[in-house]
Amino acid sequence: MPPRKPPKVETPQPPPAPPSAERSVVRGFWSGNISFGLVSIPVTLISARRSGRASLRMLAPDGTQLRRRYFCPNEGTALESSDIVRGYEYEKDRFVVVTDDELAAVAPKLSQEIDLSRFVPLADIDPMRFEHGYFLIPNKRALKAYRLLAATMEERGRAGMATFVMRGKQYLVAIIARAGLLRAETLRFDDELRSIGEIEIDNSAAADAPAIEAFERRIEELRAPSLDPTDLEDTHTRRLLELIETKRNAGKDVVAAAVTPHEESVDAKIVDLMEYLKNSITKGDATAETPTRKRPRSAQHKAEGTPRQPKKPRAPRPRT
Amino acid sequence: MAVRAMWKGVLRVADASVPIKLYSAVQDHDIHFRLLHRADLTPVTQAMVHAGTNEIVTHDKVQRGYQASPGEIVLLQPDELESLTPEESRDIALTRFVPVGAIDAQWYDRPYYLGPDQDAGGPYSALTAALTRNKVEGVAHWVMRKKAYVGALRVHAGVLVLVSLRHAEEVVAIETLETPEGPTLDKKELVMAQQLMSMLEEDFDPTAYRDEYRDQVMAMIDTKRRGQKPKLGLVKAKPRAGTLKAALEASLRTTQRKPREKISASA
Repeated sequence: MPPRKPPKVETPQPPPAPPSAERSVVRGFWSGNISFGLVSIPVTLISARRSGRASLRMLAPDGTQLRRRYFCPNEGTALESSDIVRGYEYEKDRFVVVTDDELAAVAPKLSQEIDLSRFVPLADIDPMRFEHGYFLIPNKRALKAYRLLAATMEERGRAGMATFVMRGKQYLVAIIARAGLLRAETLRFDDELRSIGEIEIDNSAAADAPAIEAFERRIEELRAPSLDPTDLEDTHTRRLLELIETKRNAGKDVVAAAVTPHEESVDAKIVDLMEYLKNSITKGDATAETPTRKRPRSAQHKAEGTPRQPKKPRAPRPRT
Repeated sequence: MAVRAMWKGVLRVADASVPIKLYSAVQDHDIHFRLLHRADLTPVTQAMVHAGTNEIVTHDKVQRGYQASPGEIVLLQPDELESLTPEESRDIALTRFVPVGAIDAQWYDRPYYLGPDQDAGGPYSALTAALTRNKVEGVAHWVMRKKAYVGALRVHAGVLVLVSLRHAEEVVAIETLETPEGPTLDKKELVMAQQLMSMLEEDFDPTAYRDEYRDQVMAMIDTKRRGQKPKLGLVKAKPRAGTLKAALEASLRTTQRKPREKISASA
């Protein structure tokens, strides 16, 4: 866990959001610091991803929710999370057990905060490297430093680079400023991208001028200054939701949902990013703090953009 | 060993076509763990159980449903789900061309390299040249493994690259957020911040960053495997300066300009 700066922390009051398909919901917090020289700026990272795709639940024949449970193949009994450990298979069927504490303490010298030690031209970073986006929500107290950093980066067209450890994984991030807002894009490390040499693509064939011109004419006809909103439309989800709405109106295959306490606790942590950001940056009230809240592990993983699973295993999660 | 193609398709720009092979451009280096039963270190198996009775429900008995409201679930039948599956096709349809850079990084998902299939070397090179000369990238739609994708077709070092894009509903667009506001920033502080940043500026060198944590986890696992106790430490926090101005001043005093050898080496 990163060191937490403010000793006095107000209990966060994220606005409750009903679990509905229309609501844009965002999960996952990480509170920590970005540093720029000796300037330290407390921020909260919120995933820019939201559960856009309609997630289908797995149900029993009688319509009851299903849960994922773990079993020991030797005894066949269901296991509780305290019965489960994480193991690394170093040769077939031979494991080294690794605990959360060991993973947390393995690399104490690596930065637990986003220390911007290099500023690179934003245009230098290839789109292939981008992995996952987060918004950096400023702490009201550090709003001035946040705005100063954002303004300076934007002015100079630079992205701030850092590596830092968050939840048992090291990330390479580019901090990007736009419209006064900072966001973090995690990037793939160099060895996570294959080189063209490895693929052995043969692009040596000569292109003759008439063939190029023929493509150019077709490109010209399809040219546009920017993306059209329809380009990014998820037609599959739209059709799925339409079908669901039709069935619901007709009362076909509609069953009562029993919301289990477990489900409720997950839904209660849903935060509306827009509301949250508004609350964080509205000037005037200088007393409020950036929420730093302890999250259950299951909720934390949401920040990494894992698609919503119908069931959250409570056992330690294998790092994939 | 050469990487094998994961899919074959045909790029279509109006009536022109380029048969291609598609390769994943990413490779996974994450350390994978397995869940074990603590008592006997046996890998666990998993199953779905009925939330009420805890009885196992086998895969063929599992139904899919959508929670339409807190109290209502709409069940979806297998044939209904099947009817929504996009139709299989080999076509990668280019529907639009936009200036390079017009697609914001927030939409990028996964990159794939494209190579020419069989005798398509000529058309492949012609399309690559046409994209490069016009400084555009294409908006592509295709269906792969029963899923519909939208992507950006770009040129990277003379090779075609298809980067899949996220759907609009999956990302909170930056444009929808408000800019943090406050009093006008102090001119002196702005100048100092500019100075400090200029001292830390360099070109982007992707090889300058390594996942050291992964290496250290592997080293720790190796130590444990040999029956030794891993060395673990405490996480140290950085010292902090007082006001923003004091911190900027102290940073300017203590920050060294970046050594430039990395840059000259790659240039």
